[in-house]
Amino acid sequence: MFDWMMNLFYSLPTVMQILIGIQLIVIPLMLAVAYTTFAERKVIGYAHVRVGPNRVGPRGWLQPIADALKLLTKEVILPTNANRFLFLSAPVLTIAPALAAWAVVPFFEGGALADVNAGLLYLLALTSLGVYGIIIAGWASNSKYALLGSLRSAAQLVSYEIAMGFALVGVLMAAGTLNVGGIIEAQSGSMYHWFLLPLLPMFFVYFISGIAETNRAPFDVAEGESEIVAGFHVEYSGMAFAVFFLAEYANMILISALTAILFLGGWLSPFQGILPAAVFDWPVIGSLLDHGIHWFLFKTAVFLFAFLWFRATFPRYRYDQIMRLGWKVLIPVTIVWLFVEGVLVAFNVGPWFA
Amino acid sequence: MKAVRRFFKSFLFFELLLGLRLTGRYLLSRKFTVQYPDEKTPMSPRFRGLHALRRYPNGEERCIACKLCEAVCPALAITIDSEERDDGTRRTTRYDIDLFKCIFCGFCEEACPVDSIVETHIFEYHFENRGEQIMTKDKLLAIGDRFEKEIAQARAVDAPYR
Repeated sequence: MFDWMMNLFYSLPTVMQILIGIQLIVIPLMLAVAYTTFAERKVIGYAHVRVGPNRVGPRGWLQPIADALKLLTKEVILPTNANRFLFLSAPVLTIAPALAAWAVVPFFEGGALADVNAGLLYLLALTSLGVYGIIIAGWASNSKYALLGSLRSAAQLVSYEIAMGFALVGVLMAAGTLNVGGIIEAQSGSMYHWFLLPLLPMFFVYFISGIAETNRAPFDVAEGESEIVAGFHVEYSGMAFAVFFLAEYANMILISALTAILFLGGWLSPFQGILPAAVFDWPVIGSLLDHGIHWFLFKTAVFLFAFLWFRATFPRYRYDQIMRLGWKVLIPVTIVWLFVEGVLVAFNVGPWFA
Repeated sequence: MKAVRRFFKSFLFFELLLGLRLTGRYLLSRKFTVQYPDEKTPMSPRFRGLHALRRYPNGEERCIACKLCEAVCPALAITIDSEERDDGTRRTTRYDIDLFKCIFCGFCEEACPVDSIVETHIFEYHFENRGEQIMTKDKLLAIGDRFEKEIAQARAVDAPYR
């Protein structure tokens, strides 16, 4: 049955194939975003020894839909002195890169919408493009708090972009390719072939700067409720605010997915090369243990949970401490490890660089 | 040596991991939230909720308009007017409690020499119009009539400790 569907799919015109592919990515992604907000409230609630939302639908499962309906019916207020065009285009500019970056993400073997050769470069470009939306939102609102928030966000993102870029250079050196699918292929073999072990410092640097890039706690000074109300989106309401919200969570999922891809081998199974090959031929369990999209989703979910756990645990960094961490800790760590990695590559060390 | 240890402690997120362990432990611990409208916590007989004016078993109102409650009320929420009734006893013509002023301290109940003004166990109520927060004598007596059984029972349970 599956083959029949695939044949039908490939017989369609290319434009149709791409459009269907986009739908297949964006619709589950939006659902995932909705339920990440629910998961966040639940996880933070549990960390507070509360139960979190449980009133709408069975065990609160319809809560995100209720939230979305509420935001949809609310008025989008345009401040009198705001620049209307920029004010309304800022949310779009924020969410567009967050969604577009998914084009090169391979969900399973060969399962990327666009198999771009410079995929890593594309990801780096698009994840840093999101900051424009935030800066424009803060500026177009014509509000002091919004402007302060976007300035903070701009400085923070520029600082962490460097550490993030260096971490990606580390992955690039190890994999020898910019193609995201190729990076996963380079990690195949067994669990020990994943880039997590040889690039452990890079992994931490990447995930920390990823948290900073998405403006999540403990790096959420751009929103900083206690200091500047809500930062760059103070003036936004209704659906315009919801779009910022969606973009933030889509970015979180993206960073989690990228961490899973770059350091934990994406859709690669952790049992490959450890269990005997015959195991993978077992009827149902075999396909579960084998490579596949479920491993990718599982690894992504683990990092997504880490995002929520961090938010429930850490207080917000002071602004100068954020800058110190970015410039004086993360960037030196990446530079040192780039050197170490260069030596490892030059001497063909271990299973990774052989 | 100490500086080196401190450097590694902060560089390796030691304190952050301790924090994560703490929240992780709470994440998995048992939740003791009371699902309020479905479940309710036990209530003390001394609970101080909505006020009521009581009557004697023969139907005579207890209040003798001594105004001790009015005098003791720290929030000045009680207003009393009184006059002599036809049978020569002193009775209130007006007994108003402004619930927006009331702080539910229970002093009125303690001051009352005839156990007339009491605070009941009722706490789930609301007002929909301005002015409804003034509890008049009629409203207070009505609450007293309706919940006399519970009020008397709560007083009886608490009596040994008074």
